Amino acid sequence: MTAGGDTGRRDGAVPAIELRGISKAFGPVQANRDISIRVMPGTIHGIIGENGAGKSTLMSILYGFYRADKGEIFISGRKTDIPDSQAAIAAGIGMVFQHFKLVENFTVLENIVLGAEDGRLLKPSLAKARATLLDLAAEYGLNVDPDALIQDIGVGKQQRVEILKALYRQADILILDEPTGVLTPAEADQLFRILHRLREEGKTIILITHKLREIMDTTDTVSVMRRGEMTATVRTSETSPEQLAELMVGRKVLLRVEKAPAAPGKPVLEIENLRVIDEKGVERVKGIDLTVRAGEILGIAGVAGNGQSELLEVLGGMRAGTGTVRLNGAPLALSGAGSDGQARRARHIAHVPEDRQREGLIMEFHAWENVAFGYHRDPAYRRGLLMDNHALRRDTEAKIAKFDVRPADCWLSAKNFSGGNQQKIVVAREIERNPDLLLVGQPTRGVDIGAIEFIHKQIVALRDQGKAILLVSVELEEIFSLADRIAVMFDGHVMGERLPGETDETELGLLMAGVSGEAA
Amino acid sequence: MDFLTIIQVLDSTIRLSTPLLLACLAGLFSERAGVFDIGLEGKMLAAAFFSAAVAALTGSVWLGLLAGIAASLALAGLHGLASITFRGNQLISGVAINFLAAGMTVLIAQDWFAQGGRTPSLMGGARFEPITLPFADALAGVPVLGPVYSELLSGHSVLVYVAFAAVPLTWWVLFRTRFGLRLRAVGENPAAVDTAGVSVVGLRYAAVAICGVLCGIAGAYLATALQAGFVKDMTAGRGFIALAALIFAKWRPWHAMYACLLFGFLQAVALRYQNIDIGGVVIPVQAMDALPYILTVVILAGFVGKAIPPRAGGEPYVKER
Repeated sequence: MTAGGDTGRRDGAVPAIELRGISKAFGPVQANRDISIRVMPGTIHGIIGENGAGKSTLMSILYGFYRADKGEIFISGRKTDIPDSQAAIAAGIGMVFQHFKLVENFTVLENIVLGAEDGRLLKPSLAKARATLLDLAAEYGLNVDPDALIQDIGVGKQQRVEILKALYRQADILILDEPTGVLTPAEADQLFRILHRLREEGKTIILITHKLREIMDTTDTVSVMRRGEMTATVRTSETSPEQLAELMVGRKVLLRVEKAPAAPGKPVLEIENLRVIDEKGVERVKGIDLTVRAGEILGIAGVAGNGQSELLEVLGGMRAGTGTVRLNGAPLALSGAGSDGQARRARHIAHVPEDRQREGLIMEFHAWENVAFGYHRDPAYRRGLLMDNHALRRDTEAKIAKFDVRPADCWLSAKNFSGGNQQKIVVAREIERNPDLLLVGQPTRGVDIGAIEFIHKQIVALRDQGKAILLVSVELEEIFSLADRIAVMFDGHVMGERLPGETDETELGLLMAGVSGEAA
Repeated sequence: MDFLTIIQVLDSTIRLSTPLLLACLAGLFSERAGVFDIGLEGKMLAAAFFSAAVAALTGSVWLGLLAGIAASLALAGLHGLASITFRGNQLISGVAINFLAAGMTVLIAQDWFAQGGRTPSLMGGARFEPITLPFADALAGVPVLGPVYSELLSGHSVLVYVAFAAVPLTWWVLFRTRFGLRLRAVGENPAAVDTAGVSVVGLRYAAVAICGVLCGIAGAYLATALQAGFVKDMTAGRGFIALAALIFAKWRPWHAMYACLLFGFLQAVALRYQNIDIGGVVIPVQAMDALPYILTVVILAGFVGKAIPPRAGGEPYVKER
């Protein structure tokens, strides 16, 4: 394990990219400290690290968004200055951002041409791009309809457009930042096939991620970052997920939660023939029956968009539905008065929504203000007619300390916390209410390993107190490590229920694709 | 209502639509690039004053036009500085420009001309004269087509023709050129433009400058062609009607022209008939004046399709990873 050592394929003696001693500080925060790496041409190099470890800063320096305070960049052995994105493009660097940089109401073709037009008039540029696009599509298996509007195609396709944009600009080095965050497992597999194809064609790929499995499956070499420093660069074949996790976090990490077998008690949540019709008039949940018992975690697996979100939203009081739902034996209103989030909380249902930035938090508000949401009528936060903000802040500080939210500052706006810490705030707010039923959607989406471990432990601890938990996740790994019972949803139906010990990813994958097993 | 009356109302529609159309296209460039501009009114007003003042002082309407454009450009630059460079709130900047123009024009007018905040009446070469299109007189006798050509289409000032020629030109620039593609992109997703290696700031300043030039022409038209000189608050809300037309047109050039013609027509009718009597029900002139705004509210409420503004409109661009 040699930091910044000569790793990767040796046949191309000159590295495609070499960074020497890159440092970058934002005020007092040292985002990158003396970072050196060499990436050989025709390899896939992974950069792994927790949120806030400095991966994105490093890549932003490579793409000309920030200038390094110190250090040098060499592209194919030549010292290169990258003051802006234009220089990065000219140096043959293409970047696929985590949040795509596409114009939604433009066509694929217009997006690809944007900024790389051949002349003042559009027509010849578009014609040329169309031809080039067909060649690229054939060469790398990147099929997209050039005339489709971005807003009409799925995220997987949108990502292809981003890759095509880079290739159209003749990028030899492709940087992908957390590329699978928004993809379904099948789309992710497709992406990796494309990346391997690109590597075969001699492109150099840098893959930034915090998912260990992706690193192990796809990369040739991997660098680990922690707190702004490059802690190691190793050959992927010579390392293990456990070792990488330890390098990332700086201590031993449990990749699977340790939990005792469940001891399910009486039914807490009983769902019968629940149907949900969305605002477009489409039936999203088509009559499902589920039961969650005290002291158990029911995991709902499925590809995103098969009715799981709507299920959670109805139970959380964010959406109306029809059917019968009982909590502790008493019926729950599914529409009209008494079916809102406030009423749900009064019935001891807590909800960690799927999209923390939109539904869980107000990003511009301070942490302590966010902790009040949904519970702002709590007498503990009240003093006469006014809110007792001091009490609320003291409570927030206690929750921040207990859940190890970093930085431990209740005056920080939600947007200034990393994804993992934002999620910890939401989870702390909901779990600390000691609910009878916890609804939790995608609890660890975009959350780093250390925080995943912590959040999983909290969920299991709540279960062990004899509470019922309904977990919705698109990550099979998460379902397997948390759930005591697994229900698979497809197209608004429950395709079947399985016990984690008696099934595997293949069987669940089939159910998720709508292929029902024996008598599902 | 005879044929000649209709021609006259339509003729007045064209003249009243012209400043709306120029301001509307000005707003279109700015807002398509993601810079909301409620300061159209103020820019027009400043341009109206400076064009009339310079035309009065020099006797040249062309120098007046240039002065009007320069004044409008200066305010557009201010708006750009506040909202693009310093990333301030675009609405507040626009409001400030409206107030600034309203106060400044009267103040300077009083200081320069001492006529109670007006400029002297413009005469001769200090005004845009109507242009007679070729064969207008010869064709005047032809039934129907004759009056349409000689009365309706011919006999406007050059700025009217400029305004209507600007419509296809705007369309062409927006949808057929590289600049237009980038301009539209920067109003939808500036990050896409930035990562493509194109300057967001440069594009937005260009759009704001075009907006300034068009507002300048609109203001100069008001003071040196439609009327003969500047009077206090002479824009009379046209900048806001232009904004309403822009929303009505859903930020599309041809539709902007139709919207401006419609609103101009309403103004022309209101001007000619103070109170309209329809079968015993009298519609007061105020109702006609309010109609553009009412129509806009109806549009915004989503009754006639959905008006989706440029997605990045109103938001300063901050580079993010």
